[in-house]
Amino acid sequence: MSVPSQGAATVAVQAGGATLGRIVGLVALGVLLVAPYALYPVFLMKVLCFALFACAFNLLIGFGGLLSFGHAAFFGSAAYVTAHTVKVWGLSPELGIVLGTVAAAGMGVLFGSIAIRRQGIYFSMITLALSQMVYFLALQLPFTHGEDGIQAVPRGVLFGVIDLNQPFAMYYFVLAVFLFGYAVIWRTVHSPFGQVLKAIRENEPRAISLGYRTDRYKLMAFTLSAALAGMAGGTKAIVFQLATLTDVQWQMSGEVVLMTLLGGMGTLSGPVVGAALVVALENYLAATNLPVPVVIGAIFVACVLLFRRGIAGEIQARFGGASR
Amino acid sequence: MMGTIFGIPPQALFGQLLLGLINGSFYALLSLGLAVIFGMLNVINFAHGALYMMGAFVSWLLLTQLGIGYWWALLIAPIIVGLFGIALEKTLLSRLYKLDHLYGLLLTFGCALMIEGGFRHFYGVSGQPYPIPEALRGGQNLGFMFLPNYRGWVVVASLIVCISTWLAIEKTKLGAYLRAATENPVLVQAFGINVPVMVSLTYAFGVALAGLAGVLAAPIYQVSPLMGSNLIIVVFAVVVIGGMGSILGAVLTGYGLGLLEGLTKVFYPEASNIVVFVIMAVVLMIKPAGLFGRER
Amino acid sequence: MNARLLAGAALTALTIGTALAAGSASAQGVSGDMVKIGVLNDRSGLYTDLGGEGSAVAARMAAEEFGNKILGKPIQIITADHQNKPDIGSNIARQWIDQDGVDVIVDVPNSGVALAVQEVTRDKKKIFLMEGPATSRLTGDACSPTGFHWAYDTRALAVGTGRAMVKQGGSSWYFLTADYAFGHQLEADTAAEVKKAGGQVMGAVRHPLNTSDFSSFLLQAQSSGAKIVALANAGGDTITSIKQASEFGLTQSGQQKLAGLLLFISDVHALGLSVAQDLVLTTGFYWDMDDEKRAWSKKFFEKFGKMPTMVQAGSYSAVRHYLKAIEAAGTDDGPTVAAKMKAMPVNDMFAKNGKILANGRMVHDMYLARVKKPSESKGPWDYYQILATIPGDEAFATVEESGCKLAK
Repeated sequence: MSVPSQGAATVAVQAGGATLGRIVGLVALGVLLVAPYALYPVFLMKVLCFALFACAFNLLIGFGGLLSFGHAAFFGSAAYVTAHTVKVWGLSPELGIVLGTVAAAGMGVLFGSIAIRRQGIYFSMITLALSQMVYFLALQLPFTHGEDGIQAVPRGVLFGVIDLNQPFAMYYFVLAVFLFGYAVIWRTVHSPFGQVLKAIRENEPRAISLGYRTDRYKLMAFTLSAALAGMAGGTKAIVFQLATLTDVQWQMSGEVVLMTLLGGMGTLSGPVVGAALVVALENYLAATNLPVPVVIGAIFVACVLLFRRGIAGEIQARFGGASR
Repeated sequence: MMGTIFGIPPQALFGQLLLGLINGSFYALLSLGLAVIFGMLNVINFAHGALYMMGAFVSWLLLTQLGIGYWWALLIAPIIVGLFGIALEKTLLSRLYKLDHLYGLLLTFGCALMIEGGFRHFYGVSGQPYPIPEALRGGQNLGFMFLPNYRGWVVVASLIVCISTWLAIEKTKLGAYLRAATENPVLVQAFGINVPVMVSLTYAFGVALAGLAGVLAAPIYQVSPLMGSNLIIVVFAVVVIGGMGSILGAVLTGYGLGLLEGLTKVFYPEASNIVVFVIMAVVLMIKPAGLFGRER
Repeated sequence: MNARLLAGAALTALTIGTALAAGSASAQGVSGDMVKIGVLNDRSGLYTDLGGEGSAVAARMAAEEFGNKILGKPIQIITADHQNKPDIGSNIARQWIDQDGVDVIVDVPNSGVALAVQEVTRDKKKIFLMEGPATSRLTGDACSPTGFHWAYDTRALAVGTGRAMVKQGGSSWYFLTADYAFGHQLEADTAAEVKKAGGQVMGAVRHPLNTSDFSSFLLQAQSSGAKIVALANAGGDTITSIKQASEFGLTQSGQQKLAGLLLFISDVHALGLSVAQDLVLTTGFYWDMDDEKRAWSKKFFEKFGKMPTMVQAGSYSAVRHYLKAIEAAGTDDGPTVAAKMKAMPVNDMFAKNGKILANGRMVHDMYLARVKKPSESKGPWDYYQILATIPGDEAFATVEESGCKLAK
């Protein structure tokens, strides 16, 4: 598939707006640090978890050109693994999240090696089907507790010292996880590996003819994306103290597509913006009498028709280097 | 009683197979529509499940608001859904043909969200009952199970529609144009055929089939805004297994998968929901274009 | 930039200030100068009719008896839809308590969601009044010092319907079970009662919540050959399974009998007497039993247009008892009110001399009822014939039996 080619533009922007981008980044970080004093911390934590999830997804579509319609499988399975290991095995939260991430990465290797054999719509369909299998397993396996999900997951004590039952401690931990994931993605995108990935997105046969084993690159990107999605899911399980079927349903896969497209595919900050917007809409529209899915669906349709670059992408395109 | 087959009483086996065939009838109708649309427009119509739901809702509204019964609904509801499809295609979908196919998928996904969200907002998620038409109440005792007449009718109706659609596309002149336009739209346009209109009509026909399936489903399943959202994923799998764009593949796979699900329910009920996806993964590994598809 | 920073700092200070103010008020008197009651239930799905807006109506009726004021502070009632999703339910509960100053959460049908909400209310030390959910685990291993289980539970249903059906000759059972906390518990509790009474359990099949087609499950039940096909599900699922059982001729052969383990009057109303006739059920409330119940139910009917289910009547009773406890304790602080509630007997139109056990179980009499034939019914909502009264101590488990670790 070919996502509207912004690769070249993005690189130019990065060179031109490096200092400005750094300033904007620092301001954003400052806002994130003080945000829990002004806003409901649980809401912010939800935004951060979904932002990380969307960033992970974006790594695949925005930089690898692969539209996975089954990312909920990684997000949700990791949530289940983290919840189970923390609650039943009594592991510490950080270890639980690590195990969730590892499980998601393992699934990523398996799913990736099946899915990357096909391209375009077929790729999407395979990921969708595989994630449905995961959904039905989550419904059937005894440890996931069917419709109830795994409840009453203790937040626990981080590294044996920090009590995560304190909302602020929890928030800064989630922020740290998010920043770590974001840094990994940033590093990946700007590494030679990331450049090859973009080359594959732009023109796969050419990348092959240049001697790159594109399948291996795609599989690595898929696995990394799955692992980070898992990290987001595991963290969410600790924040909300439960893991349920909602996290593995295909609607969740759709939601992450929506967030990423809305914010801007192939931009680093786009998915964060998209996730914040969607979570905020769901949160604040719920209090009004407006039907939330209709509003979100309409925004999404408008986005596909009119702003295919997404919010961050449009800003970048309009204001050139000044955006990041 | 009368012995067993692989340790399973025959009435359970035949019963589940028959139920599987009924489910398969819906899979076949829905995947037929999807295949027709994909073949012509190269769009994966994510809104198909929502339009199926719409067909059921339209017939429910016809009955409760206007007092129009089942048999008329069988005709009217698909037409309404088809007209809605034309509007959708003309205003939204047609703007995306020059782009990658994935945008069609994303757009229809957004549409599905809106349609389902809208019905959900007004009617809630619990099912609305739709009575079985007078003429089809009661049932037949087949010896191994009691088959309600209505469910038998669903199998018959679905078979008739699927076969006639297949014949129309394979054997008539219109079908020939359609197939030609799929292969090379520019050339067909050059022969003086209005391809955009044909595209719209194809889309309308495809979604009308979904609407028809919705009407057929209304008396069996309750009419609920969420009735299409889980079915659509299974139907996607059916289309992929059959070979995307292959009409015959979609229909045969639809019925076959229904039977297979029924069989799974006898031997290992827990796996009955997964079996579709396992087969899809296997088929794609061995025969990437699907059972009846051609490599493009 | 500076101005924005300043504004941010001001906002921060303000938020902390309000939070502190709210915190200090909770020790004595009424927190947030208001008693806020949150009715959280299914308002659009399969359990809408048994609770839904009706539970909020019942809670409002209780508040009106106090003049919508308690200890001089207003009572406010808010509602939300948990959509039968544990994650949505616990998020709403959390946000209600953290942000909106909700003091008590009411109803919460769907045992899975109720278990999730119980975790939140236990953590935040807020009162949780459960009428909708069924699982006996809520006063068992998942009990909470501030959780109260009011109208019925799976054990009471098992004792009522399970025993009665075995006595009538239903010796072999097959379960059609909703695949979540409630269904599993109801199946387990009923199977235990059936075995105790000398019956036999042939098997069970699990179906997902909110199933539209029961045909293959019914076929499995049919080929099991069991005399009783027991429906361990509720609300819309029960209605659909009873309807489809008649479509597939399950009971027409005369060899098999359906048993709805949890039937509400709203289900009977939806099914109609011709389909539902002769079903035996266990209930904690029926509107047409005595003058007091009739009078209250008539008032409810005037406001809502339907007769109350046991869940809705229970919501009234629980909220009323809660408000009385606040009055007596002089505060709305969760643990203090909970202790007061347990110390006072429950006496209202719903329960006579009801008592609340240490694990939060409200013990009151239950009733075994039979759905009337169309010919026996004298008018709308005249649906039940009460067959027997099951004394509360027999219907509900003792604290020791419940397995609740709180109570000593």
